Order: sequence, then C-alpha cells, then structure tokens
Amino acid sequence: MSTEPLYVDGLYRDHSRRVQATLIRLLGDFELAEEAMQDAFVAAVQQWPVNGRPDNPTAWLIRTGYHCGIDQIRRRSTARRRAHLLLPTELPPTAEALDLEPTTIEDDALRLLFTCCHPSLSMEARIALTLREMCGLTTEQVASALLLKPTTLAQRIVRAKRKIRDAHIPYAVPPQEELPERLPDVLQVIYLVFNEGYSRSTGASVVDINLTQEAMRLGNELARLLPQGEVFGLMALMLLNDARREARQDSDGELVTLDAQDRRLWRQEDIHAGIAWLEKALALTPTGYYTLQASIAAVHAQASRAEQTDWGRIVRLYDALCRRFPSPILALNRAVAIAMNGAPDIGLKLLDDIAHHPQLSRYHLFYAAKADLLRRQGQHEAARDAYQQALQLATLDPEKRFLHRRLAELEHSP
Amino acid sequence: MKYVALVYYQEQIINAMSEQAWQDLNQECIAGVERLSASGHYLAGQPLQPTETATTVRVRDGETLISDGPFAETKEQLAGFYLLEAHDLNEALQLASRIPPARLGSIEVRPVRELPPKAAPQTEIGE
Repeated sequence: MSTEPLYVDGLYRDHSRRVQATLIRLLGDFELAEEAMQDAFVAAVQQWPVNGRPDNPTAWLIRTGYHCGIDQIRRRSTARRRAHLLLPTELPPTAEALDLEPTTIEDDALRLLFTCCHPSLSMEARIALTLREMCGLTTEQVASALLLKPTTLAQRIVRAKRKIRDAHIPYAVPPQEELPERLPDVLQVIYLVFNEGYSRSTGASVVDINLTQEAMRLGNELARLLPQGEVFGLMALMLLNDARREARQDSDGELVTLDAQDRRLWRQEDIHAGIAWLEKALALTPTGYYTLQASIAAVHAQASRAEQTDWGRIVRLYDALCRRFPSPILALNRAVAIAMNGAPDIGLKLLDDIAHHPQLSRYHLFYAAKADLLRRQGQHEAARDAYQQALQLATLDPEKRFLHRRLAELEHSP
Repeated sequence: MKYVALVYYQEQIINAMSEQAWQDLNQECIAGVERLSASGHYLAGQPLQPTETATTVRVRDGETLISDGPFAETKEQLAGFYLLEAHDLNEALQLASRIPPARLGSIEVRPVRELPPKAAPQTEIGE
C-alpha cells in the first residue's frame, strides 16, 4: 500500500503523454484533455490504494479522464465561447465502450505528433508544441530550453492550440499516399529540436533539458511507430553528429573544427548505433535527404584521421543531394568537398559562382568556408579578407572567437 | 449587379467586448440577414473565425507551401463577407451601411467580375 504513490509517479512519467494523446482524440481539445488527464491521475492516487491497482492502468486512466472531460464539457456548455467545444449531437460513447486497444493508443501518439507538426502552424509553434505535448515538458522547461520567456512561450502554445481547435486541424496520421509530403514536416521539427540542443552544447549551460536527447527520443518513438527509411536516416544523422559532441570544443569551451578534432573522443558506441540505423535506412528506397546526410556523416565518422577522409565519396553524396534537393547551402558544402578532394581551384570557382545568392551573401559560414579554402591554398591575403567578412556577419561568440583566432594565425604566418 | 461586401474590423475591439455586447451584435447581424433576404438582396454570406485560425497556401514551382497566418500588420482584419444583389453601387453602399459591424470597422464593397466565357476546345487544323 505504501508504495502506491511511488507507483503512480512512475506511471505518470511513463504514461501521462500517452493518456493525454488519446484523451485529445476523444475530447477534441488540448486543454480539456490536459485537465482531464490530471484529474485521472488525482483519482488514481485516491482510489488505487483503496480499491487496488487496475489490471490495465493506462486504459483505466483514459476511461477516468474521459469521464472527467465529459463532465467538464457539460458544465461549460452554457458559455458561448465554449459552444464549439460541445460534442456533436450524437451521444458520446460511454467510457466503457471506448476502443482502447494498445494499437489504437499507440496511433494516438503518432496523431499527436503529426498534429503538433502540422504545416499550417508556424515553425516556432510546431517546435514549442512538440516539446510541450510529445516530450511532456512543462511550459517553463520548454521556455528555458529555447531561451524564451515563459510568458512568450505560453502565448505561442495557446495560440497554436486555439488554431488547431478552431481551424479544425485534423487529429490524424496522414494516409499513406500523403506521407511523403507530410513526413518531412515532422522530421524537420525533430531535427530542429536536435540542432537547437546541439548548437547550444557549448559553454556553461544551466539548462537542465537536453534537447538533443529529447529529439532522439522522439526519433526513436517515430521509428517504432512509422518504420520508414527517412526516419531511420534521421536517427542515424543525429547519432553520428552527437557522437562527436565531446570533441567539438576544447577544455576552454572553444570550437574545434572537424579536421582538428581529437577523434579518440568520438563516442564509438554512438557511431556504431548510427551506422546500424543508416544500414536499415539504405535498405529502403528511395534514399532520402536525411539518409544521404547521414551517409556523409558516416564517412567522417569512419575516418580515424582527418587525412583519411574519403572525400571522393563525400563529393558523390553531395552530387546526389544537390540533384535531388537543390539548395545554396548544399551547393556550398559540395564546393568545399570538391576542393578537399584535391581540386581546390574548382571548389573556389564554384564558391564564386554561388556567392551572390541571397541566402549566401549574408551567411558567415560561406565566407568562413571560402577563407578556409584560401588559407589551405596559401592565399593568405584573400583568406584574411574572407575571414573579416565572416567576422562581420557572425553573431555567436564562440564562432567569433574562432574566426579571430584564425585571423591571428594568418598575421603570424608569412 | 452582384457586389461583395467585405467586413473588416479590429479583432482587438471584438475581443474586448463584453459577453452581452457580443451576443447583441450577433443577434443584430442575424436580423440584418433576415431583412436583406426578405428584400431579395442577400445571396450568400459568412462570418469568419479570427485571423489566428488563418492558413495561407501558395504553390511555387509546383510545390505547395503552407504557412501560418497572414499576420500582416494591418489595422483591421477580414471578419466576414456578404454577397449582395443590388441595382447599382449606390444601392449596394446603402445596403452595406446597414451591416452592423460597419459601426465598428469598415465594409469594403466591390462589384463582382464575371470570368470570360470558357474557351472552346482547341481543334486540330484541317479537322
């Protein structure tokens, strides 16, 4: 008996998101579902020690939450602004008649993810909503992880939820034929969450929420529910990048570029896991964006020294990426790969060709890449100019310090 | 002649309204539609959910782009429309002046444009 509250704690951690996902479908409203979920856990704390633990706790919590939610709707039904919340004319099914098969409950998690990542919501709202609803973080936790004021974030979430309700964004997994169009939206949100955490892993961070871990947890769950090649590809990409985390900064917290990293610090177990995901992804066609990116990350991960990097293979992978998903950033990376593959002149020429693209002409990494190629070529004067341009456009302190160091090195070389 | 009357107001003003004032406004609109229908001027119309429920669709290079909004910094937002039958613009403006939200925001009246006749299918020369 005395262990009951602890058991509920664990259940809350493991099942609250699942209970809530199903309640959102049943009650058709995010806020109502959250209240109902909380009510259900309160009821569990009160009733289980007396009546004993139910055989299927998740189903019990959903049924109880559904009861609480219906009661709420009845109580609110007079208020105008809640009028659209009213259930349709037919009577709601009784809690006992609900379909609570494990597969239905699993599908609800997927429905929730696709709803949170719906393209009609702004990208900021998608990220906030996904972290809040799918990862079960509090508003304060999400706000601190995204470096936002809790009030700003709360507003963003409220507006997104209202839009889902009032514009009737469907609570559904898109049908098979629409998946190729909709899945990238979900993968992009997960990858942005990952990058948000990854780019912020430097310095004395006080944030206790690890966004890279949350992104990988989401990816893992998605891979289980929707075993598609690109989901595997994204998992591979995240693991292969994250494996390099400790090597990305030195003991002073300064940035270390890929070629200068101490590769003994790369976490081999993550590399192996990433490559295993990649192999699963490559077995499924067509090979998509994340799978190709992960393939590039794998080439780096498998070179025990920077000089052993198979740049020829990287060039071929960028060729494939640029053909299928043309973008100026990919063209930039491809040009660098060509230069590193023993053709620096061609690489620099390709950089000049794309220099005026609006997405690149104000992009500090374009000038940093150009400067690096010039430096390797021994064109120190031109390299200095490019580093200066990069410095003017860079905003993050570690990046600025890195560019300053490179400039200083050039001053001291002939 | 057909005219569309586009109803604009500041959503802020509506949000700040008391429950009773909002109910009254809705009832007034219902009565207005009944009056316009009885006189044969009302063809169709619909109030809209607030702009925060809006989604914009664009197709560029064959790709469908969906985005949140619009949240342009316009003073007044589109709140609904009426399709009216009127002899001329004068009559349409008169009808529009009796649409209740005209007191709160503005009504833009535009004559409808008929599309040109559907093009005949192209036939092969010499057929």
